[in-house]
Amino acid sequence: MLEVQDLAVSYRGIRALRGVSLNVAAGETVALIGPNGAGKSSLLNAISGLVAKAGGRVAFDGADITRASPWSVAARGLLQVPEGRQVFPGMSVQENLLLGTTALGARPATWGLDEVFAIFPILRERRAQLAGSLSGGQQQMLAIGRALMGGPRLLLLDEPSLGLAPLIVRQVFRALAGLKATGLTILLVEQNARQALAVSDRALVLEQGRIVRQGASADLAHDPAIIASYLGQDEAHAGGG
Amino acid sequence: MIAQQLLNGIVVGGVYALFALGFNLVFGIQRILNLAHGAVFMAGAFTAWYTVVNGGPLWLGFLLAMALSGCLSVLIELVCFRRLRRTGDEEFGAIISSIGASLVIMTIAQRISGTRIVRFPFDTFPIQIYQVAGLRISLLQLFMAAAAFALVVVMAWFVYRTPWGRRIRAVTENARAAMLTGVNPNAVYRQTYFMAGALAGAAGVLVGLAFNSIHYMMGEPYLLFGFVIIILGGLGSIPGALLAALLFGMMQTLTIAFLPTGLTNAVIFLGLFLILLLRPHGLLGREEAGQLRGRR
Ligand SMILES: Nc1ncnc2c1ncn2[C@@H]1O[C@H](COP(=O)(O)OP(=O)(O)O)[C@@H](O)[C@H]1O
Ligand SMILES: [Mg+2]
Repeated sequence: MLEVQDLAVSYRGIRALRGVSLNVAAGETVALIGPNGAGKSSLLNAISGLVAKAGGRVAFDGADITRASPWSVAARGLLQVPEGRQVFPGMSVQENLLLGTTALGARPATWGLDEVFAIFPILRERRAQLAGSLSGGQQQMLAIGRALMGGPRLLLLDEPSLGLAPLIVRQVFRALAGLKATGLTILLVEQNARQALAVSDRALVLEQGRIVRQGASADLAHDPAIIASYLGQDEAHAGGG
Repeated sequence: MIAQQLLNGIVVGGVYALFALGFNLVFGIQRILNLAHGAVFMAGAFTAWYTVVNGGPLWLGFLLAMALSGCLSVLIELVCFRRLRRTGDEEFGAIISSIGASLVIMTIAQRISGTRIVRFPFDTFPIQIYQVAGLRISLLQLFMAAAAFALVVVMAWFVYRTPWGRRIRAVTENARAAMLTGVNPNAVYRQTYFMAGALAGAAGVLVGLAFNSIHYMMGEPYLLFGFVIIILGGLGSIPGALLAALLFGMMQTLTIAFLPTGLTNAVIFLGLFLILLLRPHGLLGREEAGQLRGRR
């Protein structure tokens, strides 16, 4: 469904991505893990058309979108939930969600307000409130809901657990597992490797702009090198469930 | 007497609101001060005048003025600001390029009018004065107030109650995030500039009718008023600009009526200064709105 070939991104000559290739097949959930500054957001933003590509090619559903504008990428149903939520603070929860339907264009909606409220009931309660007054976790739910309103065929998620309390993180990942169960295709970027590996089918490890490992999530979760760098002994025991 | 001046002030303030709202909308969405906004206002007045002296009805002149000023405003965005924005350094560059656009438009108007003050024919608007509860109000004043009110309501409805307006607000708050939801900011900018220009054009016609004096420099004082109003109201705030426009209009008519001519501006600006001392971000402004964009 998504094919990324040899993608490169530079910021004023400084390379952030050095030839990244990856595929996401329909129905899959793929996790991309890696440390801060590895280039994860750059990858998603290059796919979404927000940052210029220094090289490589991106295709979605067989169509070349390498040079497509961010809004036309979104209009194809390739929707990103950006790092740091980026909800519209001065608009109500409901308006944020309705704005999400912009990406639909002539495509039929796959998620309506009621469906989004069903997975995030707190948003229904707060629907008239300004998005800026929500907690971080609620804003994350809103950002995901907003993307769902755009009828995603592939959902790109950039560190949805960033800065959230552990309890809220678990809630968000439960929602992601629910989305996956509906058959939605997901590319999930995370630093929280444990949760990301638990929810995904496949995973890739990005370090310094390169993919350094990839494999089935279940295998990577038991890989000693991954455990050492990304999971950590203490945590590995603590978070069994 | 004071009540009479307050009434006059509200009428004038309504016209200021039309001018300042567009100025403010553009500033809100792009952090650009469009210094050609006064020239767009003047072009509206000339368009209505041209229509009327060529035998067209005033309502047609009004509509044509809004349409032409709207298109002119869109053109200014395309020519002066769009390429500049790609540099990410547009805040100061835009001031220069919009002054340039303003000079071009004013020069064209100067050539067309032969540097003369032109006037609507005597019978363009029926002269009729009403006495209500001791206050005098002319039909023209009623029309100005009604037109300003109706246009502000339509604009507010568009911005706050329609999907297009929702996209305008989204781009105003966070253009990157808006793009990710499928919003094409260029289309939003076009709509915003059109709306801003059309409102300025309408204000130009109303001012042209009220003072029956249309000339190529007529937009310049309004640019200063607009500037004062959006700072007083709070940069980027629509309700703030409305409130500030009415307040400014009333302050102006009151000082003109009761103070010696030389003192009016000094008193008005002293008042503004005091208000800004108490509320540095304007009457309804938010703290972050006045800051220039940090991201390059
Ligand atoms: N807008 C930018 N301008 C300059 N450098 C940037 C920009 N965005 C990211 N970078 C740099 O690119 C590298 C990758 O960043 P990013 O993609 O944000 O990584 P991650 O999301 O994995 O933390 C980092 O070294 C970062 O400093
Ligand atoms: Mg990142």
